[in-house]
Amino acid sequence: MNFRIPKDIDMNQQASWCPGCGHGIICRVITEAVQELGVSNKVLTVDDVACGQFGQFAMKYNTVMGAHGRTIVTAAGLKHARPDCLVIARPGDGSAYSIGIESTLYSAIRNDNILAIVINNSVFGMTGGQMSPASLPGMKTATSPFGRDEKKNGSMLDITKILANTDMAYLARGAVNTPANTEKTKKMIKKALQKQMNGEGFCLIDVLSMCPTNWKMSEIDACEYVKTTQSKYLPLGEFIDRGGDK
Amino acid sequence: MAKVLMKGNEALAESCLRAGCRFFSGYPITPQTEILEYLCWRMDEVGGDCVQTESELAGVNMLLGAAAGGMRALTTTAGPGFSLKQEGISYLCGSDLPAVIVDVQRIGCALGDIFMGQGDYWQLTRGGGHGDYRTIVLAPESVQESVDLAYGAFDLAEKYRHPVLIATDATIGQMIEPVELPPMQEHDVDTYDWALKPREEGEPQRAIWNRYWDWEDGGRKYPAYCLEKYNAMEANEQRWECVQTEDAEIVMVAYGTSARVAKSAIAIARKEGIRLGLIRPITLWPYPKKAFDELEAGGKVKAILDVERNILGQMKDDIILATGNRIPVEFYGEYWDNMNEFKIVEYVKEMLGRY
Amino acid sequence: MIEIICSGIGGQGVLVAGMVLADIAMEDGKNVSWYPSYGFEMRGGAANCEVKIGDEELQSPYCYEPDILLTMSESAIDTFEERLKPGGILLVNSSLVSEDRTYRDDIKVIRVPATELANELENPRGTNIIMLGALAGASDLYDVDHVRAGMEHYFGKKGKNNPKNIAAFDSGAKSAMAQI
Repeated sequence: MNFRIPKDIDMNQQASWCPGCGHGIICRVITEAVQELGVSNKVLTVDDVACGQFGQFAMKYNTVMGAHGRTIVTAAGLKHARPDCLVIARPGDGSAYSIGIESTLYSAIRNDNILAIVINNSVFGMTGGQMSPASLPGMKTATSPFGRDEKKNGSMLDITKILANTDMAYLARGAVNTPANTEKTKKMIKKALQKQMNGEGFCLIDVLSMCPTNWKMSEIDACEYVKTTQSKYLPLGEFIDRGGDK
Repeated sequence: MAKVLMKGNEALAESCLRAGCRFFSGYPITPQTEILEYLCWRMDEVGGDCVQTESELAGVNMLLGAAAGGMRALTTTAGPGFSLKQEGISYLCGSDLPAVIVDVQRIGCALGDIFMGQGDYWQLTRGGGHGDYRTIVLAPESVQESVDLAYGAFDLAEKYRHPVLIATDATIGQMIEPVELPPMQEHDVDTYDWALKPREEGEPQRAIWNRYWDWEDGGRKYPAYCLEKYNAMEANEQRWECVQTEDAEIVMVAYGTSARVAKSAIAIARKEGIRLGLIRPITLWPYPKKAFDELEAGGKVKAILDVERNILGQMKDDIILATGNRIPVEFYGEYWDNMNEFKIVEYVKEMLGRY
Repeated sequence: MIEIICSGIGGQGVLVAGMVLADIAMEDGKNVSWYPSYGFEMRGGAANCEVKIGDEELQSPYCYEPDILLTMSESAIDTFEERLKPGGILLVNSSLVSEDRTYRDDIKVIRVPATELANELENPRGTNIIMLGALAGASDLYDVDHVRAGMEHYFGKKGKNNPKNIAAFDSGAKSAMAQI
């Protein structure tokens, strides 16, 4: 495990995430993965509107901000302009699975050669903890105050089930609640970036991420919640891994 | 170069390619679809990318990504699709990104209908998306002018780092006329310093996002920057054509296909001794106020007739603003039927009885 | 300025007939506009195009007083006959129109059994070319040889020259010339 601050982490700007948030850890593993692959001078990111946009301040990569929900399709457009670059879109679960589900699905269908890292905390974070498609059954949120009721709110969305039958290059779910999971997530990111370099197509990594503020629990309890509850409904692992570099 | 017969939509698409546009993303909608169809094979020939996207939203937002990367990027649509593009246009404006968006106008609210109309003046000129923004709107009246304006639209967009809209209509899009096409250009994605490319070690970070975040003072200077940009467009980019306005008692104001029918009306009216003229806005925004200043200075005009293919006379407000309400303005519109020069002349005769 | 409307049923080739006339005008160095019906129209639905040709700059692309109306179906006559300029020429595909139909008396009606002629010539898709020949034969705005050459040039450019076109064109022209 690396205890040095990765060179692509920007220590001069402030990323205003709450204590215990998973976003910062994900930015760290992205920069570690990029640094270990030695491709810092190839990366462009596309940021989302919401908590994820602070990633612009946490990382030094040049970036464009898409409209809420359009992060992935904007990244697909950027890849057309800069085909030799590694394009990483970083939407949240609200963006990628709710308002932007068509963009997510169609990048998988078109097999756009980009990487989407979806920061999945099972809520709309920035707007104050409303129910997202990835909110868990029974989960209390600002818009499901008595717990997510599948009859009333529809069933929880597990993107790995939805995309399972597409021809996309790589589909995985990681988490950043423990050092071990964080390391595994980094390996997934490295693998996906390698696939993008090989021109294999669309890679999506759903990363379970803590939101203690909106989950209304302590930072430590939030890490535990990922383990005991979130990852039970949204299991970790690799779901699609086609061809290419093995 | 010899003229060729081309459909308005295809000629416009070809002209964009020749301007160096190598990226298109869009969605089928009548009466625009020939642009998408044409570029789906033609882009391959010039080494560009044409993506039929899953929606209008995807079309404009994929374009935003390509534009951020420095490509000359195009998306095209018609009324209902343009409604959906507005969010993306707001983002392009807020991010200072040049791009070209074409609206081949049709008629009516909701589904409206696919036939000829000028249903989108308001959403084209008012900035239908969120926030404070304006966009240059170019309105050709012929296939040749579609080609000419589209060819220059990318330069104009890059001059201001701002999206440029082109408002054609179903008639101009579907019509075939002889055109002379401009020469083929290539556009380097690294032409402009703002275009997004990876950061080299030691360089400051670049971001294309809310422009006001770029100011070290937290964006306090952003409003002044915006005002300066829009004021410059208003001062420098007004374009129009005057037809026999020097002695006109009644002056029509019309753009696009309606302006062509208005010109036919002038020919009929003048034979009957009626002093009829026309101001044809070529930019719908910035509105050609200077044309109206000249008109008022002439002192001969009794009244103005706004001629448009819609129900409410969407441009009328702008005429009233441009004339300071000092000249009466009436509206003549058609909805179901094509604009008819004979009916316009009859209306003008009625008007002359009133003023 | 010449105004021509070509109208019929989608699939009969009325738009192509109009395009040939537009191409001839362009090659002659004239201004021209060709405006089609579009959208809902399909094979079996109504189809038409409005062609304007002039030495001067053309304005409105819509034809309200056509000099020539080339029709290939009964419904096309229903729609456009009243617009025809007094003294104008109405070309009728008499194979598809009832014999006792009456027409305005201030226009010239040229009846061409285009569908029958096309069958005789074993060129069932050539009805539009037959009507085009009839137009050239009937109107003193056009010279038959010039239009025939222009048609060949048009299809030649597209790489679609059908050797049967000349016979079809000439049979239409002959039929029309016999009536004027």
